[in-house]
Amino acid sequence: MPWTREQLAQRAARELRDGYYVNLGIGIPTLVANYIPPDMKVVLQSENGMLGMGPFPYEGEEDPDLINAGKQTITELPTTSYFSSADSFAMIRGGHIDLSILGAMEVSEQGDLANWMVPGKMVKGMGGAMDLVAGAKRIVVVMEHTAKDGTPKLKPRCELPLTGSRVVDMVITDLAVFARTDRRSRFKLIELAPDVTLDEVRAKTTAQVDY
Amino acid sequence: MAGASKVYPNAKAALDGIVADGMTIMCGGFGLCGIPENLILALRDTGVRNLTVISNNAGVDGQGLGLLLETRQIKKMISSYVGENREFERQFLAGELEIEFNPQGTLAERIRAGGAGIYGFYTKTGAGTVVAEGKETRVVDGQTYILETGLTADIALVKAWKGDTEGNLVYRKTARNFNPVMATAARITVAEVEHLVEPGELDPDCIHTPGIYVKRIIQGERYVKAIEQRTVRKRGVA
Repeated sequence: MPWTREQLAQRAARELRDGYYVNLGIGIPTLVANYIPPDMKVVLQSENGMLGMGPFPYEGEEDPDLINAGKQTITELPTTSYFSSADSFAMIRGGHIDLSILGAMEVSEQGDLANWMVPGKMVKGMGGAMDLVAGAKRIVVVMEHTAKDGTPKLKPRCELPLTGSRVVDMVITDLAVFARTDRRSRFKLIELAPDVTLDEVRAKTTAQVDY
Repeated sequence: MAGASKVYPNAKAALDGIVADGMTIMCGGFGLCGIPENLILALRDTGVRNLTVISNNAGVDGQGLGLLLETRQIKKMISSYVGENREFERQFLAGELEIEFNPQGTLAERIRAGGAGIYGFYTKTGAGTVVAEGKETRVVDGQTYILETGLTADIALVKAWKGDTEGNLVYRKTARNFNPVMATAARITVAEVEHLVEPGELDPDCIHTPGIYVKRIIQGERYVKAIEQRTVRKRGVA
């Protein structure tokens, strides 16, 4: 059975390490915050200028001056700090963020990432995604294994415009997990979702990966 | 008292005589968080047109910069993300509005550089993507960097939580965002604050924007402080 959205987030949470500073993208990556092990200290960065993001507020306690990068209301923690957008991206670009977990439309076998625009559709902009993939120490992508029409998303090369070139370290899909030791190596299948077969993954992956 | 007062009675007065057609205007805020609501309304009411607006986002329909889109006062946006605005989409698809997308961190750093007198900087962000097209690149230790140039503006409109009559500003929580860098990068920075106080009331060690950057300051007449994505958790749930 392929992993559900919640299970994907749980699997991605296993990439967290004690003491990490982490930036989570919008969508499934945001759910990873729900699965931080209680005995682990992980500090969440929000690129609109906050380190130490707390949970969503209780109803009636929303503060319009306190939002995350997805523009959702959130709360602060005793450890929270705030800073400007320039400081926030200096932190990101400067390699101080240990891990960023992001969604993707396509990932190439070289680890190129495309997640910001589809030609012919209204382009909304890349936001902070290009800065994150260029700056964070480790990039984990969480995505469906295939697009809605069944097309593989882990493919020889990205057809969509890139967010970053050779930036992805790990790909977690609803069917399997692929990892590589460095950004020059090939991805290797390291895990299958329960009851998903190697044949199914091979059939739905056009990228050259090691099995 | 030496020196003219920076304090203006309201947003309309603060923009009087300084805005004109065709200007480049920086506008603080992330989404609707920390936007200069009163100054945007006043800018709309001046009727100036053909503006180039540098702002991370473009507001939403009927709020923030969405108001200046409705009145067609904006010719071009320099932004990182504009996904929340239907009027924006309509004007863009009709070819009535130009957009220059910048990665968010590149946008912030271009503004910082502009305010700090730095011509440009080399960054990894966007290397190997459409953002790099037409830009000088440099390879150092196997890593490709692209040259991005500083940004400045005629006017910056910023919003802070508290400010004193000298123009010293303090922001609150994530409403800080682009406001402090933009305050440094315009020929004339106009600030609006929720609380205008006398000198000495702000802790000098905790000022985010020193008054040198602020030419005019007002206490905002009215704040809506809209929330785009109201998200809550249930009580009793961890």
